[in-house]
Amino acid sequence: MKLKRNFAKVEEILKKHNYRQDNLIKILLDIQKEYRYLPEDVINYIGVALDIPPAKIYGVATFYAQFSLKPKGKYTISVCDGTACHMAGSTSLIESIREELKISPGNVTEDLLFSLDQVGCLGACALAPAMVINEEVYGNLTPEKVKEIIKNLKERERKNESA
Amino acid sequence: MKVLKTIDEALQYIEEKKIERKKKLEDINIFVCIGTGCAAKGSVKIYDAFKDLFKETKRAKVYPLEENNNRIKKTGCCGRCSSGPWVIVMPYGYFYCEVRLEDVKEIYEETILKGKAVERLLFVDPATSQRVEKLEDAKFFKAQSFYIMEDIGKCECDSIDDYMGRGGYLSFLKVLVENKPDKVIQIIKDSGLRGRGGAGFPTGIKWEITKNSKGDRKFVVCNGDEGDPGAFMNRTLLERDPHAVLEGMLIGAYTIGANKGYAYIRAEYPVAVEMFRKAIEDAKNLGLIGENILGTSFSFDIEIKEGAGAFVCGEETALLASIEGKRGIPRPRPPYPAQAGLWGCPTLINNVETYANIPKIIRDGAEAYRKRGVPNSPGTKMFSVTGPVKLTGIIEVEFGTTLREIIYDICGGLSDGDELKAVQIGGPSGACLSEALLDLPLDYDSLKTAGAMVGSGGIVVLSKKTCMVEVARFFLDFTKRESCGKCIPCREGLMQAYHILEKFTQAKGSWEDLENLEFLADLIKKASACGLGQTAPNPILSTLRFFKDEYIAHIDGVCPSGMCTAFKKYSINPDLCKGCGLCARSCPKGAILGERGRPYRIEQEKCIKCGACFDKCKFKAIEII
Repeated sequence: MKLKRNFAKVEEILKKHNYRQDNLIKILLDIQKEYRYLPEDVINYIGVALDIPPAKIYGVATFYAQFSLKPKGKYTISVCDGTACHMAGSTSLIESIREELKISPGNVTEDLLFSLDQVGCLGACALAPAMVINEEVYGNLTPEKVKEIIKNLKERERKNESA
Repeated sequence: MKVLKTIDEALQYIEEKKIERKKKLEDINIFVCIGTGCAAKGSVKIYDAFKDLFKETKRAKVYPLEENNNRIKKTGCCGRCSSGPWVIVMPYGYFYCEVRLEDVKEIYEETILKGKAVERLLFVDPATSQRVEKLEDAKFFKAQSFYIMEDIGKCECDSIDDYMGRGGYLSFLKVLVENKPDKVIQIIKDSGLRGRGGAGFPTGIKWEITKNSKGDRKFVVCNGDEGDPGAFMNRTLLERDPHAVLEGMLIGAYTIGANKGYAYIRAEYPVAVEMFRKAIEDAKNLGLIGENILGTSFSFDIEIKEGAGAFVCGEETALLASIEGKRGIPRPRPPYPAQAGLWGCPTLINNVETYANIPKIIRDGAEAYRKRGVPNSPGTKMFSVTGPVKLTGIIEVEFGTTLREIIYDICGGLSDGDELKAVQIGGPSGACLSEALLDLPLDYDSLKTAGAMVGSGGIVVLSKKTCMVEVARFFLDFTKRESCGKCIPCREGLMQAYHILEKFTQAKGSWEDLENLEFLADLIKKASACGLGQTAPNPILSTLRFFKDEYIAHIDGVCPSGMCTAFKKYSINPDLCKGCGLCARSCPKGAILGERGRPYRIEQEKCIKCGACFDKCKFKAIEII
């Protein structure tokens, strides 16, 4: 039954975008918001619904940096590696996250709580080095601050679980 | 909400809003910046705190101001993100920076109730080290020429009424009334406006070609895919004045005869997307977008398309493919989009900032517009400045301003303890300019002769601590990842060039590599299919031109700036080492050996040069050779 429910959600998204082929990118962005990645069966489903070969959709999904074919974490951490952030030491932020979560960029923790990405410019250069966790921007970071932020999120999750 | 049905109604509505706005600025109103920079520092919470405070005082009946008056406004980026969050209190014009939640009450009590400034929150002008009450008094403010960013800090970014109160949509109405598209094109041609996306193609000519192209359907597209690392002026503009861009698009659509528009904005800019979405909605509700606008025969509809993170989509043909829902792969031109763009129809595609210029040109006329800037590049340009300078953020200057003026007069010079080595301008497709070129006037042509380009308008200041080879490697890392892979020179060439640069930074570079690098860069530039590949070698070519000595130093085994870790060698000075063992405990690789009470030593084979021991040692016994 679970599958059915999932596709109802996909249908809703397809409907919102009028089943238009040129809205494919918008549809995929919305699907990704829903599932945190692009599941293969959903790609096939969209292919049938929009009359686009799944291979073509796969081509689009692999072309754009925003899309992921692997599950992402509940908290997606995007560390900016734009010019200003790179010069301000974004690499050390990645290192501290690697220490804290034991994952490297492009991967997700085993409990599916955190995933880490290194992205191009976020446009928050004045706050370099910066990162984004689920659309919330954190600026002027240091490796210590990053660890602090992640620890707080872990703590929050723990509280939610026990509650 | 009122719906405007005729042009006269609209004109009257604007007059009303003008009076309202004048009143608003003479009355007590609080503007809170909610641009990405300030929002990241918690400005939205400050906005909410002010709202709550006003509600509270209203409940407690200690409300000294007239009721039913919404006095807390959202304003867009003031361009000084490094000193955010900003709060501006009118009518006094006090500019408060780095405001925290706990300051809200004090601002309320001191400024709103008594009209006094809260001294400690006022902006400190780095030029004089004095606090300034109004932003207009600060040197960095005087040194700029605000044109696109008029009314900085005093305009609401999410209100169509406020925009109309600033005379917004008057240019569009003027164009509608006159109904002479050719005249509009003539004005834009005379104004000499050049595309702000970076290449600087004359906008008037682009419009003319699109207008004269035959097609049943035509489109206008706004290019807001600002993927350059270190550039964020399009984002700022969309966040602070979305209606100006929208009005520019409306005028463009009317002039070339398009009924449909697309605004392509990066999905990484959620605030900008939200602001633009609201702008479209408000304009629709007011009757400025839709069928038979204001009773004329002109109909227009607009959609936002979000980019999904591909730098190459800033290239116009790739962007159009992306709007069609395909992979963003460029195609050779001609035919230009002006002749055959979206779905093969004539398409007008301009940058965000280009569109924002249009209403102002129509308002002021071509001659007045040309008074700013230099003959070949009239007008102003927004730049984003980052790096080790005292003030980072968005600036707006006339073309012809020099880098020296920007860095020293506007940005207050370099941060303490840093010396300037170079300036990187124009993003990954731009170039690194040496200190000798600081007095070069910035315009499309002068930069071209220096091997750079205005590009997106990102300026990154690089200090003496930065290694130029590493900078080139960083940009190549970016462009090789972002290459769409369609043509071989770009796909394979950038990869090879990157590997050579990596060899240099890892202390493995040779003279042969240097020759190959020069050859490759030149080849990629000449043989690539689109703008990405043609400009991607610019960082290499410019660093080779101005900083070749650094490459040679890397071959000789030295990184002059000390940035490349491969050249570092950590060793322990036995005379200073107290034998406490702190370094050995901090070493992640166990490369430091010895026993307590005696000098320790570092095993070079195991050392990964992370610098942990250097940071930990209290006796400065660890030295970098």
